[in-house]
Amino acid sequence: MINDMIAIISDHWLLLLIGQYPNGPLGGLANTLILSALSIALAFPVSILFALARLSKWRMLRWPVTALVYITRGVPLLMLILWSYFLVPLLTGADVPSFVTMLTTLVVYQGAFLSEVVRGGIVALGHGQMEAAKALGHSYLGAMRFIILPQALYNMIPSIISTFVSTIKDTTLGYVINVPDLTFAANQVNNQLLTQPFQVFLILAIVYYAICWSLTQVANIIERRITRRRAGETRGPAVPAEPRPIALEQP
Amino acid sequence: MKGFDLWAILNNADYTAMLLHGIEMTFVIYIGSWLLAMALAFSLLCIRFSPFRFGDRLVAGYVSYHRNVPTLVQLMLWYFGIFTLLPDWMTSWLVAHNAETIFAILGLGLCQAAYFSEDLRSGLRSVSTGQMEASKALGHSYLSAMRFVILPQGVRNALPPLINHSVSLFKNSSIAIVIGAPELTHAVKEVENLSFRTFEIYVIGTVLYLFFSLLIMAAGAYLSMRADPLRGAAR
Repeated sequence: MINDMIAIISDHWLLLLIGQYPNGPLGGLANTLILSALSIALAFPVSILFALARLSKWRMLRWPVTALVYITRGVPLLMLILWSYFLVPLLTGADVPSFVTMLTTLVVYQGAFLSEVVRGGIVALGHGQMEAAKALGHSYLGAMRFIILPQALYNMIPSIISTFVSTIKDTTLGYVINVPDLTFAANQVNNQLLTQPFQVFLILAIVYYAICWSLTQVANIIERRITRRRAGETRGPAVPAEPRPIALEQP
Repeated sequence: MKGFDLWAILNNADYTAMLLHGIEMTFVIYIGSWLLAMALAFSLLCIRFSPFRFGDRLVAGYVSYHRNVPTLVQLMLWYFGIFTLLPDWMTSWLVAHNAETIFAILGLGLCQAAYFSEDLRSGLRSVSTGQMEASKALGHSYLSAMRFVILPQGVRNALPPLINHSVSLFKNSSIAIVIGAPELTHAVKEVENLSFRTFEIYVIGTVLYLFFSLLIMAAGAYLSMRADPLRGAAR
């Protein structure tokens, strides 16, 4: 059985790693990682905008974004993927590759999730920061840019990493619209072999486990460091903050 | 291009029957995997709290696997992988009894058990050790202290994450479409293929999912309100 798995890997490692790249679109593990990294990189600014809109005093800004965030969180990701598979080509009027469709979905979805984290971070800072910044002559945007966001975002670093992990897990759902990622490549391998599905999917699970587990460890280490630093900064009896494991969002 | 017309779908008996069957199967999968996950989560918790170090490692490994591997891959491993390794009599029994749904319940339940057991564990850990010592001093045995003092408080502390994860389990039940379970998303796709009214049927599907998610959230909020020890007391 282990020999079978080693044989599968040595025969198909290139397909699993980059898909049919020189002859076709980039796929495999490389595409999974690029897709996740891109969607986090784009979801991050989107989430800040969402959070600011939800904290805004203008209803025109607050209500639509609040509705969007609630809808995104109450509907399965799969349904959102189907929506963008249908809407993105319709709105852009072009034949969009499934990679872009999946990217759009993930940006909206993770943007909505992260915006709650950003909003929580901003609210947790309290009114005092904003009032003090205004008293010192900052405008609202200046205070946000120089005082509030740097503090709120610093505390967010671990949850950004854990969102990255859950994004990697979410990219697997691109399978339903044929995004050429690692899961897709594993299915191709399985269709070529036909006789060893268990071995192929076990390899797939192990690869995902290795990536997500190591990223989770990194997130936990950083979180511990941030907690320690914050505990050091506060005056008075430093509360020994218990390092709690990061709750991963579910795929 | 036809105009937007929800009634073209809602007035069609075939389509509504498909959607209702989809809703029914989604709930079969959801409730089945929820019960399986809860039962398993409590068993995992018992192993964790037992004095054997080995069991502790085992549970940690179980939780780590199910939290770090995508749910879709877990379902694929079950349905495309483990299914083929089973003996023949089992395979034929499963095929005769809706194998897709059974594997969806199994896969989602086992995966969710990892999340539930972690929620419960952190809930129990937040109950101070003094509670156990005090109940022992009052003559409770370990088990009865657990049953009457520790667990009620621990579960109450764990309610918010448990509710969140219950909602995400409901949403994750849509992943079962990949192994062909006939649930709501599957029904939506079917109606789409038959009616060509993509926009309308997606709106219906989205509203249905949103409605049930909000319903579960509301039920959870009601439960936490009921469980609040300060309910009715002057604050």
